[in-house]
Amino acid sequence: MFVHFFHELKKANVPVSLREYLMLLEAMDSDIIERRVEDFYYLSRAALVKDERNLDKFDQVFGHVFKGLDLINEGQTAEIPEEWLRKLTEKFLNEEEKAQIEALGGWEKIMETLQKRLEEQKKRHEGGNKWIGTGGTSPFGAYGYNPEGVRIGQKEGRHGKAVKVWDKREYKNLDDSVELGTRNIKVALRRLRKFAREGAPTELDLDDTIKSTAHHGYLDIKMVPERRNKINLLVFFDIGGSMDSHIKLCEELFSAARTEFKNMEYFYFHNCLYEGLWKDNRRRHNEKMQTWDVLHKFPADYKVIFVGDATMSPYEITYAGGSVEHWNEEPGGLWLERVAQIYESCVWLNPVAEKHWEYTPSLQIIKQIIGDRMYPLTLEGLDKAMRELSR
Amino acid sequence: MKFEGTKNYVATEDLRVAVNASITLQRPLLIKGEPGTGKTVLAEEVAKALDAELITWNIKSTTKAHQGLYEYDAVTRLRDSQLGDERVKDIRNYISKGKLWESFERDKRPVLLIDEIDKADIEFPNDLLQELDRMEFYVYETNETIKARVRPIVIITSNNEKELPDAFLRRCFFHYIKFPDEDTMRAIIDVHFPGLKGKLVQEALNIFYEIREVPGLKKKPSTSELIDWLKLLLSEDISPETLREKDPSKLIPPLHGALLKNEQDVHLFERLAFLARRERN
Repeated sequence: MFVHFFHELKKANVPVSLREYLMLLEAMDSDIIERRVEDFYYLSRAALVKDERNLDKFDQVFGHVFKGLDLINEGQTAEIPEEWLRKLTEKFLNEEEKAQIEALGGWEKIMETLQKRLEEQKKRHEGGNKWIGTGGTSPFGAYGYNPEGVRIGQKEGRHGKAVKVWDKREYKNLDDSVELGTRNIKVALRRLRKFAREGAPTELDLDDTIKSTAHHGYLDIKMVPERRNKINLLVFFDIGGSMDSHIKLCEELFSAARTEFKNMEYFYFHNCLYEGLWKDNRRRHNEKMQTWDVLHKFPADYKVIFVGDATMSPYEITYAGGSVEHWNEEPGGLWLERVAQIYESCVWLNPVAEKHWEYTPSLQIIKQIIGDRMYPLTLEGLDKAMRELSR
Repeated sequence: MKFEGTKNYVATEDLRVAVNASITLQRPLLIKGEPGTGKTVLAEEVAKALDAELITWNIKSTTKAHQGLYEYDAVTRLRDSQLGDERVKDIRNYISKGKLWESFERDKRPVLLIDEIDKADIEFPNDLLQELDRMEFYVYETNETIKARVRPIVIITSNNEKELPDAFLRRCFFHYIKFPDEDTMRAIIDVHFPGLKGKLVQEALNIFYEIREVPGLKKKPSTSELIDWLKLLLSEDISPETLREKDPSKLIPPLHGALLKNEQDVHLFERLAFLARRERN
């Protein structure tokens, strides 16, 4: 009976399965809820959504399927540019004025008219009483007043009317690919684990001891080596310049990686990898390490992570002498290629949002050198990067 | 049998629907949310409201799934056999029951709380799939199948440290406890401190939400911290006027230790308060 809804959820990439759908039907059948649409919303949410990251998507689909509201989303035909809706005017209506405003009619009618207006209207509109915009008294739009109004893209209810629970989209900030905290980063980094027992046997293997003792008839103690994460990590951080605006994110990633991996080595570079690297930013000009030494020192089973925005002039990558700080004998791109050749598992994490990538030529070059293994520094991207590394 | 919240616990409407769905359909209920929003307390209150026994299984990083079922104590048996103890002949003497087994044995429907399931190993939830689904398991040592007399109400909490496997999620109802808005918060405070002066609550809530709004805090204060703080304010007998007054010498709210749990946060807050004050003058 809700097959359409179910398919819409699937289409919106909410992971739902038949089992959950049947569970919902069973729940509907057993009269848990009264016949109210809010209750149905709560119930279907509890049954179909299993991760708070998907709650926002669910709310959108729910609003779309059950109210015929058009999705306010990118790429929709009826999209309203945000600047129209940006709050520019605040209208203060007194009680009398409010009473004067006549509503248009029933819900269906309003929706129908909204649809029509959306098609007719092409320009930004503010004030007034017909077009969709801000601060007016038309039933459509934001920051205005009309008791039967439909609100579009307004942050919160000003008059506490004309809003359904699912249209509030309270879970917006929980959608993935947004915030990263140290804790979240750690969880993502945990994907990169390979446990192995190696080295000196230092732990008592209780099960084996018992088995062996029972077998031999005397106490026979068995030992095993401790279980350790075998992953070795080599991280290169881009520092300074355009990276300054991402410093907090990088700090978080750094501290999370530090606690998560025992064998982690890190080095800094500026903009692009050249012949020298350093470990302490205060003494970067005195205590440089040769990049060759680094590449020779760490064996090929190290996993390599670059962290940087890859945003620079293309010459800094492709030409000798292109570096902004010093004269480099060999182009930076060559150094990147060397790293990618030596270390099979290698990814680039980029704090710049993925949608801006295509506008930066240098970023495209690096992405190509690194074999398309560039991921945005978001939870989702980190997750993918770790999957790539653990292959 | 319906859960409507209790006099000690404010349950929002969506939470009530989720709890009742899981009780009626006898499926586990998975609860997530910010720390301190009352995930564990929910199980206690559900048990109280339904007048059922609460069995708590606290999960640690070393917990294994079979520990919830039973454990076979081979070492004691080995020792007993060497001492010639009579008990050794019956293997039952060396099987200790886990929490899950305990909850299966009750005649009246208990509430089983599996607390912080994400603390355990990644495979942990998968190992419990069958047991939670069919509510039965097999004891190899004695060749018997233990089946639940009444299916317990299972409530599982998670702090999101690990992703849970899909197969496990599919079998649960899910609820995310979102941070309470101001009205719900007032109701919660009313439950904990009935008859608290309205003005004090107002001032305290203002400060509380102000602190939560501060960008860059490492740990935002949560409901349980607000309640602790109010308790302190009451015991120190601090008046609403003191809370409201913006004395330049006092940059941060009184007894802030209950709200800010991290010295970096305290510094950050002091700095911001200082800047705000300077702008005003």
